[in-house]
Amino acid sequence: MVEDKSIGGRVFAAINFTLLALIALITVLPFMHVVAGSFTTSAEMAANKFVLIPKVWSLDAYKFIFSTNTIFKAMGVSIGVTAIGTVFSMFVTSLMAYGLSRRDLDGRTLINFLVVFTMLFHGGMIPTFLVVKELGLIDSYASLILPSAISAFNMIILKNFFQNIPEGLEESAKIDGCTDFGILFRIVLPLSLPAIATISLFYAVTYWNTYMSAILYLDDSAKWPIQVLLRQIVVLASGMDYSSTLDAAVPPPDQTIKMAVIVVATIPILLVYPFLQKHFAKGAMLGSMKG
Amino acid sequence: MQEVAVQPSAAPQPQRKRGKNSSELKKRLWRNKWLYVMVTPGILYFIIFKYLPMYGLIISFQDYKPYQGISGSDWVGMEHFNRLFTEPDFLNILMNTLILFGLNIVIYFPIPIILALMLNELRGTFFKRFFQTLVYLPHFMSWVIVVSISFVMVTMDGGIINELLVFFGFEKVNFLLNPSWFRPMYIIQVIWREAGWGTIIYLASIAAIDPGLYEAARMDGAGRLKQIWHITLPSIRGVIITLFILKIGSVLDLGFEHVYLLLNSMNREVAEIIDTYVYTAGLRQGQFSYSTAIGFFKSIIGLIMVMSVNKLSKKMGEEGVY
Repeated sequence: MVEDKSIGGRVFAAINFTLLALIALITVLPFMHVVAGSFTTSAEMAANKFVLIPKVWSLDAYKFIFSTNTIFKAMGVSIGVTAIGTVFSMFVTSLMAYGLSRRDLDGRTLINFLVVFTMLFHGGMIPTFLVVKELGLIDSYASLILPSAISAFNMIILKNFFQNIPEGLEESAKIDGCTDFGILFRIVLPLSLPAIATISLFYAVTYWNTYMSAILYLDDSAKWPIQVLLRQIVVLASGMDYSSTLDAAVPPPDQTIKMAVIVVATIPILLVYPFLQKHFAKGAMLGSMKG
Repeated sequence: MQEVAVQPSAAPQPQRKRGKNSSELKKRLWRNKWLYVMVTPGILYFIIFKYLPMYGLIISFQDYKPYQGISGSDWVGMEHFNRLFTEPDFLNILMNTLILFGLNIVIYFPIPIILALMLNELRGTFFKRFFQTLVYLPHFMSWVIVVSISFVMVTMDGGIINELLVFFGFEKVNFLLNPSWFRPMYIIQVIWREAGWGTIIYLASIAAIDPGLYEAARMDGAGRLKQIWHITLPSIRGVIITLFILKIGSVLDLGFEHVYLLLNSMNREVAEIIDTYVYTAGLRQGQFSYSTAIGFFKSIIGLIMVMSVNKLSKKMGEEGVY
């Protein structure tokens, strides 16, 4: 883009900048409000509803939510599911993506089609539930991982990425007596680190945010991940109907406590986000849909 | 860190010599045995968790009893589908689903395009980066977090929105329970969470436009807006159409989570959509066959929509999705 120095061009740029700044504000303000609210006292919250920067700093809300085991347990479940799930998903996804990226694999087109088709049509909630049930996965942590182990979309992105690696490299490694696994782990994966990092983080965020699988497959509230607990705590006190209660005997939590739980459930995402975004800013994510 | 460029999928390379006889094929299969080992876990996953449930759709033609299984349950033909179309409830739910879909198409869909154009007009890489980083962020929050943030903001007892209303002399509004506020809340949350992330693909395709085109337009005296209208938009038309087709395909797939989180006993008449109804009827009331029939109906409609919009766009000389 060449600078446009005319009056009209400058006015245009100024208006555009102002609007975008507003949009950025709308994006962050709700979150700032919640973070600020979680670090202040209930009294301060009641007196001054428009908290954006706490006048009175306090950790009361956090002390309260960590006073029972409930949150720790849910965090533990979420961290475990995220760690194990991400490693497992990446393992099977990259193996499949590499196999399908090789043009000399017979049946490649058919397998590709079968994968893409699942993006357009699926059995739906109930039949999937019945399959999970038949496999005996109900009420197991595996039910939060296995049914969504591979995202067709992520697999296709990775496959396209692998396909863009010059074939000559693989050829010469093969001539040197490298096995297919050797090629994958010694050549292809090291060359694909940005894509691997990005897809891993996609999986991690998805696992961390697991909610639907948990309400479908887990009957036992002791196994709840953080997202399900978050909803219980927030909904419990907002006059909505809820079906089960927390095991901590609590009065309806006030605003500051709800905000603290929201912050706790969001922190891990905010921690990985900076590492994530430098990759997709480069467009690493844009494998085309045409597998 | 190597630069990752957006590359169109590579042109099909000349196939290696394909053996014509079976011994050649056998040799090739044997040579690639490890590749087959690699794709096996993935294929198993798709068979078990994607294709078995598709097979499971046949219970919508049965009176499925969990302890009798698919083989032991009685066939009832189209009974559940007939019930579907005669149930007054269902029409209401279908309408709710279609209305939310309409909001998605009419209100949400253009927003990432406009936002991408605005971001693209920014001078200076720093600000561009900065704004992009900010607006992508909400996409990584789960629906639970997004809905929870809304809850604490709009609740009657001390939510910031209601306090603002009071501050400016209005009455408090019960956003959460009032049915007429459900749809606005739904679409505002969709926009807040997804609009920024939705710009990624558009920005990438704008970045790929030949700068010479803009040069030429400037020579001809086109201002910023004219350049956007005559060069940028036509250049990304293909991407817009592709994403539009995919959006249409998700016609009835609005995402169970988001709506389920907003659903309560007071707003059920407007907030119950096909997905939430399937959950309630199927898993809460044990009507497995009936709810599967509903889900089946939904998936079929979605598939038909994708195929027809795809055909239509090809007829109009655009590329399709497949």
